[in-house]
Amino acid sequence: MQAVKYARASSVDEAVTLLRDGGDTARVLAGGTDVIVQARERRRHIELFVDIKHIPELTSLTHEGDGGLTVGAATPLYRIYGDTEVVRRFPALAESTHVIGGKAVQGRASLGGNLANASPAADSIPAMIVLAGVARVAGPGGAREVPVAEFCSGPGRNVLQPGEFITSIHFPPPAAGSGQAWERFIPRNEMDIAVVNAATYLAFDGDVVTEARFALGAVAATPLSVPAAAAAVIGRRLTDETIAAAAEAARQTATPISDMRGTVRQRKHLVGVLTEHVIRRAVERARA
Amino acid sequence: MTTTDDAILIRTTINGDPVTFLSSQRDSLLEALRERLNMTGAKEGCNNGNCGACSVMLDGRLVNSCLVLAAEVEGAHVDTIEGMADGETLHPLQQAFLEEAALQCGICTPGFLMSSRALLAENPTPTEEEVRFWLAGNLCRCTGYDKIVRAVLKAAGEMNEAR
Ligand SMILES: Cc1cc2nc3c(=O)[nH]c(=O)nc-3n(C[C@H](O)[C@H](O)[C@H](O)COP(=O)(O)OP(=O)(O)OC[C@H]3O[C@@H](n4cnc5c(N)ncnc54)[C@H](O)[C@@H]3O)c2cc1C
Ligand code: FES
Ligand code: FES
Repeated sequence: MQAVKYARASSVDEAVTLLRDGGDTARVLAGGTDVIVQARERRRHIELFVDIKHIPELTSLTHEGDGGLTVGAATPLYRIYGDTEVVRRFPALAESTHVIGGKAVQGRASLGGNLANASPAADSIPAMIVLAGVARVAGPGGAREVPVAEFCSGPGRNVLQPGEFITSIHFPPPAAGSGQAWERFIPRNEMDIAVVNAATYLAFDGDVVTEARFALGAVAATPLSVPAAAAAVIGRRLTDETIAAAAEAARQTATPISDMRGTVRQRKHLVGVLTEHVIRRAVERARA
Repeated sequence: MTTTDDAILIRTTINGDPVTFLSSQRDSLLEALRERLNMTGAKEGCNNGNCGACSVMLDGRLVNSCLVLAAEVEGAHVDTIEGMADGETLHPLQQAFLEEAALQCGICTPGFLMSSRALLAENPTPTEEEVRFWLAGNLCRCTGYDKIVRAVLKAAGEMNEAR
């Protein structure tokens, strides 16, 4: 491996200084499950790792008084899906984090790493998008917030400026009687990268959908928010027709490529199937 | 071992014993264990997080030591396969692996044992499906997994009886 120096930051300010002074070749080290492999395979030129796991707020998980949730960017995934309140109130987040890698990966991997790594197939990102997640960012210019939906700018690229890093991801409280679900298709039972993944969040007034968000992964250069699918169900009752319309809108939005994991045709088909699945499962949860 | 200018001193605890060693800042924990500390129980299979042969416990959590920097274990507690048996007495999982012939070449075995022990610590009565899901991060090219799963279930039963 090439990375030459390791620095352990004990505060947000210290990490910002280390990253700013380190310039292009300094990288945040959270769980290391992406970045250590990238350094070893020399896919990224790295001279300094800034370990953010020893900054207390980076590994916290807080349920707020209003029902919102704040997850420290470096909190390992097992603590997220292992939190009974997250499972009960943010099941889409629990579902997506429960299947990232195997147990040994989940002991280290983080939401901040999954997001910053900006893989088009990253499993937690569609869940974070439909939950209206907002990344809280610290940097030389102070703190700012970036909606998860606007965070990725291309495969492996994101909107962070030099010296900036994610400190936490905040989720507003899900509405009473809302439902949410996340799902992916992989040819194995576990330990694989998504051919397609999909998530939805739906809120209702009686039977009528008042709020809807959809997101897809592995079907474009970045994880995608799908407003057209939301438009197909908002203000309507969910019937076979409206569900099919949302699935069709999602298929139209997806611009997948063919690669070793799947073809354009298979991916488009899966987008429709998974969109229907997540709607039906979100409705079940909303009614439960 | 040559000392490069990026060498650092690391103070950690391995299998309950305080250990201080000199490591390159670019070394993984797996490299440090095997090459600096001569603890060759953890194996290198893939060196990228997929096979689980390098599994160790870091502060009580199962991790792939190929995906941990040696420098990260400063002040931490590491447990490896070398600490699993109690002197000459094998851990019930080790005994069950032998009795059920849950290994052939054995390169995956230390990882499976560490991973299985972590499972039973969290869930002492796993179903077969839970064992398979938990062990999905450990690959074995020889056994076809059935014997490994059987050994884990057997050890779980025995450990529960002994409780
Ligand atoms: C065997 C294996 C299986 C995997 N399976 C899956 C899978 O099923 N689904 C999936 O989505 N991913 C999978 N991954 C990829 C990886 O585990 C995830 O992307 C993980 O969430 C990355 O988190 P991390 O904390 O390990 O990130 P790191 O490797 O520490 O960092 C990843 C990148 O993000 C940057 N970064 C990290 N934290 C921050 C921050 N707070 N602010 C700014 N930048 C930051 C780093 O500098 C680096 O560029 C797998 C990886 C392995 C090795
Ligand atoms: S060598 Fe670490 S997971 Fe394969
Ligand atoms: S016994 Fe050979 S790889 Fe498992």
